Amino acid sequence: MDPADLTIAEAGTRLRAGDLTSADLLHAVRRRASMTEAVLHAYLNIDHDGAAAAAAAADEALRRGDDRGPLHGIPVALKDNMVTRGLETTCSSRILAGYRPPYDATVVERLRAAGAVVFGKTNLDEFAMGSSTENSAYGPTRNPWDPDRVPGGSSGGSAAAVAVGSAFAALGSDTGGSIRQPAALTGTVGMKPTYGLVSRYGLIAFASSLDQIGPITRSVDDSVTMLAAIAGHDPSDATSYRGGYPDFASSMGDGVAGLRIGVIRELSGEGIAADVSAAFRATVDALVAAGAEVSEVSLPSTEYALSAYYLIAPAECSANLARFDGVRYGPRLPGSSVEEMMAATRADGFGPEVTRRILLGTYALSAGYYDAFYGQAQKVRTLVVEDFRRAYAEVDVLVTPTSPTTAFALGERADDPLAMYLSDICTIPSNLAGDPAISLPCGLDSAGLPIGFQVLAPALGEPVMFRVAKAVEELVGFSARPALASSEGAA
Amino acid sequence: MTWEAVIGIETHVELLTRSKMFCGCPADFGAEPNTNVCPVCLGLPGALPVPNAAAIEWTASLGLALECEISPRSVFHRKNYFYADLPKNYQISQFDLPLCIGGRLEVDGGSGPRVIGITRVHLEEDTGKSTHTGAGGRIHDAEGALIDFNRAGIPLVEVVTEPDLRTPEEARAYGQALRAIVLALGISDARLEEGSMRFDANVSLRRPGADTLGVKVEVKNMNSLRSLQRALAHEIARQTALLDAGEVVAQETRHWDEEAGRTSSGRSKEESSDYRYFQEPDLVPIEIDASEVARLRHALPELPGDQQGRLVEAGVDEIAARTIVAGGLVGLLDAAVTAGASARGAANWLAGEVTAHLNRTGEDPSTLPLDGSGLAELVAMVEGGELSATAAKEVLSGVLAGEGGPRSVAADRDLLQVSDEVSLAAIVAEILADHPDEAARLAAGEERLVGFLVGQAMRRSGGRADPKVVDRLIREKTGR
Repeated sequence: MDPADLTIAEAGTRLRAGDLTSADLLHAVRRRASMTEAVLHAYLNIDHDGAAAAAAAADEALRRGDDRGPLHGIPVALKDNMVTRGLETTCSSRILAGYRPPYDATVVERLRAAGAVVFGKTNLDEFAMGSSTENSAYGPTRNPWDPDRVPGGSSGGSAAAVAVGSAFAALGSDTGGSIRQPAALTGTVGMKPTYGLVSRYGLIAFASSLDQIGPITRSVDDSVTMLAAIAGHDPSDATSYRGGYPDFASSMGDGVAGLRIGVIRELSGEGIAADVSAAFRATVDALVAAGAEVSEVSLPSTEYALSAYYLIAPAECSANLARFDGVRYGPRLPGSSVEEMMAATRADGFGPEVTRRILLGTYALSAGYYDAFYGQAQKVRTLVVEDFRRAYAEVDVLVTPTSPTTAFALGERADDPLAMYLSDICTIPSNLAGDPAISLPCGLDSAGLPIGFQVLAPALGEPVMFRVAKAVEELVGFSARPALASSEGAA
Repeated sequence: MTWEAVIGIETHVELLTRSKMFCGCPADFGAEPNTNVCPVCLGLPGALPVPNAAAIEWTASLGLALECEISPRSVFHRKNYFYADLPKNYQISQFDLPLCIGGRLEVDGGSGPRVIGITRVHLEEDTGKSTHTGAGGRIHDAEGALIDFNRAGIPLVEVVTEPDLRTPEEARAYGQALRAIVLALGISDARLEEGSMRFDANVSLRRPGADTLGVKVEVKNMNSLRSLQRALAHEIARQTALLDAGEVVAQETRHWDEEAGRTSSGRSKEESSDYRYFQEPDLVPIEIDASEVARLRHALPELPGDQQGRLVEAGVDEIAARTIVAGGLVGLLDAAVTAGASARGAANWLAGEVTAHLNRTGEDPSTLPLDGSGLAELVAMVEGGELSATAAKEVLSGVLAGEGGPRSVAADRDLLQVSDEVSLAAIVAEILADHPDEAARLAAGEERLVGFLVGQAMRRSGGRADPKVVDRLIREKTGR
């Protein structure tokens, strides 16, 4: 087996047995990337030198007996909206072309401290706005299962790299489903932690109150490993959770017997593609067979969640992106006054989707419209939180399909923002609530494309979420590999 | 026709916390440009604010000193506007849920004490500072702009009054009283000329007794209490002339030109700003419970009103006490008293020479090369006859110039009073010999000539002779 196809857990075992070195693992992902990147474009920037140095240091440390744990020596990728000291970070935007941040994001520091090897920065929808990774100023990422299709977004680069084996794991960011939806479309495991559990310091903000960093991996175990490395209080993030956090793996392997699982009525019927619905139902049936008590739960506010999200997220982004003005960093266009310089720089630097959301957000916050739009959206957000609270009084976890459809064709929804926004209908509610959620593959559709199954849990409910996810993983036994990776593997 | 001025003042006070409002950078003044900066205060992508607990406490203390209510829960908002000095292009400030609400401050602008309502006291972050290069240093014809972000993120408290002020004198008295509170709390150096305390005033005129307000003009750029008073007097006169002529006052922002002594129209406000405030999602609400408020209230230092009363009780005259309190010199006075000086004796120097020196140089009281024991020493030397009043002034100016303590300055400058009888007797003998006529007339009973002869002796000694001893020696020699 090509080492690039190993999970983190498997690679770690071989590393410690002396069968493989970190340099071998790095070689494997480099080789995989060199064979797939021309088609996929999962990466914006591969740090060959930095990664080689880190892998050599990891091997040297292991020889000395300095073992940093399960991520020691493992090549990982980072969505290019997490800042890396001295390594270009662009958010897939022209407005940050050439920007080399002077500091590492907290998650990057923590991964490095855990011995992980940062291999490169992955492609995304510009400033994480989008559901297909087509909105990148540097060109789209393609789906390794079918290069004519999108990998989902906005963490499409991270998802594609993990799916195809050009990274063992990757970090993504999830504002409305940007980890889980691409994970669903690429057959990987993507999880969004409880808001505040992972520091946002160094994550270039899209919508601060919704953004969370989380891992994309090839197994539920690996998801736990990555989360454990990056979770925990960070004094540099005022919204960082201060309490102790649970042992995420504490109940993994306990199965689902006796667990109460709720199927969200509003997100599992109408609007869900037939193949997706069938695979979802089959998985739920398997959970019932494994002893879970499954019931249907209604979350009426989900009908309005999408609208609320598309007011709150643009409103916050309109402020978060105001700093990109050409004054302190990034490209600057000339203008005869400061205002003209800023306007020209921003008009040129931001792509159409980002511009659309800034305008939407500016409008939603403006005097006279605040109460009608932003204020109303915040009330809906409160209703969503209350709906979830009521639901979790009855069930331990909630489940839905992750995405209403499997991977769609490149360009298919590019000119129809509303159709694109509907890609996130199942994932958005948990962002509004700040609760954890995970997506993992539960089958293939008739075109051979992966289908995602989503498990949602209450705040800090990661242990029960992982417990259910692990059970699903075992019940489904998903082992298909994307076309690009397997054709290469066969060669 | 008569008009009544309605004035409200917004005061910004830069806090003297060790670090900035939302990051650990030093909040010092005067460092090399752009050296006290980090990803947070530069608003670099990915950086997040973490609030400064001391700044929040200090703001609450100022609110308590102004008899405000402290909000149990207050929040930060983003105030959105594009500005080259503003790294994030939004300012983290407070909007509808400020830290302190509804206080009062009693001031006396010469027409008796009046209570001025305080609308709110809130906390925000300061911006950077631009310098326009080339040409006249103004924006239009500048070749370029240099921005120093050292000031960006320094905690800034804003104190907003109700439109309760009526005269320029009252406005000045308000500014002075607020400054004295800030100094007593020790939360800012409150230096107007350096911008660490700055005023904006809203002025409108109306008929006396009218309920409605006239058109409001915002006056900016007043960097001393004197210019606050002058600017308001000018602006009231300007509006009065307009209204008397039947014209209308334009709603606008005007800038005070200290040299020209007038206000001029700034960018007109026809395009009203829409700051699109919304709650700062990177911060959690500030929660201050009743026990915390009680702790802060208990920890308040003696406030200016109480300081004033205490000084008067200790024998300091009312005007000197007011000057010392307003100048933030109470600490120095107390230290001098502790070192053995009489309050009255020390106060005279502080209210007189020391205040004049500070006004002239713009120095901060805390950086004076004069401490309590030095002041006590000066007072003791005067009272003990070692220094004449004239010589003492010269000694003090030497001390304030950093030449050393009073005794060493007096010695270095040869100003110690001569009181040994042998040398004074020699001088007196010379004087009597030089003025035989006057000496004879004194001996014959022409008493007023004592003064003349003492004066001559003083002159001959270069002012260092002890006049009491000289007086006695002359009388002895002439048999009076």
